[in-house]
Amino acid sequence: MSRTRTERLVNLVICLLSTRRFLTAAQIAATVPGYEHDPDDAKDHEAFQRKFERDKAELRELGVPLETGTASVFDAEPGYRIAPREYALPDIPLEPDEAAAVGIAARLWQHAGLAAAASSGLAKLRAAGVDVDPQATLGLEPMVTVDPAFAPLTAAARDRREVTFDYRVPDRDAPTRRRLQPWGVVCWRGRWYVVGHDLDRAATRCFRLSRVVGAVRPSGAPDSYRPPADVDLISHVARWSGPVERTGRATVLVAPGRAAGLRRWAVRADTGPDGDRLVLPYADADYLAGQIVGYGPEVRVLDPPEVREAVIQRLKEIATRHDDLAVAGGAR
Amino acid sequence: MTRPAVARGSRASADRLARLLNLVPYLLARPGIEIAEAAGDLGVTERQLREDLELLWVCGLPGYGPGDLIDMAFDGDRVTITYDAGIDRPLRLTPDEALALVVALRMLAETPGVANREAVERALAKIEDAAGDLAGAPVEVRLPGDSARVRELRAAVERGRALRITYYTAARDETTERVIDPLRMLMVGGRAYVEAWCRRAEAVRLFRADRVDAVVELDDPAVVPPQARPQDLTDGVFRPSPDLPLITLRIGRGERWITEYYPCERVVADGEQWLVSLRVTDLGWARRFVVGLGPEVTVVAPAELAEQVRAQAVAALEAYATPPTPADPAVAARTQ
Repeated sequence: MSRTRTERLVNLVICLLSTRRFLTAAQIAATVPGYEHDPDDAKDHEAFQRKFERDKAELRELGVPLETGTASVFDAEPGYRIAPREYALPDIPLEPDEAAAVGIAARLWQHAGLAAAASSGLAKLRAAGVDVDPQATLGLEPMVTVDPAFAPLTAAARDRREVTFDYRVPDRDAPTRRRLQPWGVVCWRGRWYVVGHDLDRAATRCFRLSRVVGAVRPSGAPDSYRPPADVDLISHVARWSGPVERTGRATVLVAPGRAAGLRRWAVRADTGPDGDRLVLPYADADYLAGQIVGYGPEVRVLDPPEVREAVIQRLKEIATRHDDLAVAGGAR
Repeated sequence: MTRPAVARGSRASADRLARLLNLVPYLLARPGIEIAEAAGDLGVTERQLREDLELLWVCGLPGYGPGDLIDMAFDGDRVTITYDAGIDRPLRLTPDEALALVVALRMLAETPGVANREAVERALAKIEDAAGDLAGAPVEVRLPGDSARVRELRAAVERGRALRITYYTAARDETTERVIDPLRMLMVGGRAYVEAWCRRAEAVRLFRADRVDAVVELDDPAVVPPQARPQDLTDGVFRPSPDLPLITLRIGRGERWITEYYPCERVVADGEQWLVSLRVTDLGWARRFVVGLGPEVTVVAPAELAEQVRAQAVAALEAYATPPTPADPAVAARTQ
């Protein structure tokens, strides 16, 4: 933008901060440099109005709290002012270690838009007198990544606005349109989810942000619903992936020096003449079978039969499925 | 279409206006600061900062007389604001700024093994307080629970010594000992990693904390060769390179989840079934992976992998066809 425009906007902010009375557009034009025009010339006046509208929009975009009102009961025309209390960042008395933490947090974002927002937020804290040590680290730092649906969904949840989006679950062939009153967004084990009231299912639902296809469209008015009081967002997501209790015990025979992956989670290992006997804890026989079959003849299940049978069944299926193929492929 | 140009121009202008409104309180809080230091701190060039100051110098309160304009005193390369014309405080945080800071701080506070978590939590409380309603950011974060291994590794990395680790490499299904010179610890996608110079591989490597089976701190300090650089992890931890073997699988509906967990180069729907191509670091790993997936998976290519999968399954079945060793107490007890 031109230097004159920036200058005009800085002067406009200073002027509106300094006034207690609401100033009309005409009063502002007569005061702030850069708005000079002939109000009697329709074309000139219209140009001023357009310029002033653009400037107001720019200030609001920046977050400047522009108040509108009338100076007195005698005035019909609306005026403008900025309440210093609304404008100013409240005092944030950060200790050096706290300031360092904010500085670290601000550089964790891997998402361009939020990285920019974090650093402009940090710049304001610095302007408030906070000194941030750029060298500080906390030993272990998370890389904060988000899916594209993060920004529109958090904004919708904040504004309590219904949204519509297309959602693709891998085992379905086509995305389905969903309508949701979002309550909040959750990061659970490195993945992002939105929790809310699904308007079509009339029930609480979680959606994985990476499965949202295309744009998230706000479809309702702001403040059109209330999330339940004291809603625990995490618990809605965590419900689907709680810790697994491995109470089962399987005994497998492993060739010496092989199957390092299985050895790592064996609760017991005994060396015998024909190999090592490992005792593996498990919750689901079929899941354990999936872990074991990959080792082929290096690992043999001795007990219990449910795991043994599951492994044999899988091996048969794999052999059958690949039988024709290997011949057709002419590998030998 | 002029719209994008207008939007770009207005973005740059908004940035400059935001910077100018910030500049007065910033300098007010640091009387006599060197211009070079301020420029470095604010992330602008010295020349840009001088231009900003020149512009502010002609702005001020209505009247715009000498007593109304923003004023500053220069002393060599140092600057002091002597009159602020009422912009003595920075503008409050926007909703996006509050969200970005609060979510990142929550992430930090939730990171297992983070040092000085207490300071992070205090900072979070203060930022939330200052942001007021905006901080009611409807975002919650929970990372995997605190693990003793992560804390042990972080403390060791902080002491700056070389480490001997016992490490499980899933790609080759082997556990090896290696000496590493740690660079940093980080958390990606909910998992903790040590990034280090590996003396065995003579390269920078990422080690997953949950695959480190043992750590011994050595006496010699961690020395990272000058050519070692932290990796760019913007696109995730595993970025398949085009020279790795490409495998193609035909998968059923129940296995489509693999397209969400592994970076796939190509996914083609073939009716009910999908043809999925992905790069793997090791064919041995691919064999274990494919066989472990479930019944509805067939290797399409390479033929070598399909043959290995078949041969392995046949060999395993033959082993099961011979009766179990009677010496095994568990089996012996069952057959009595």
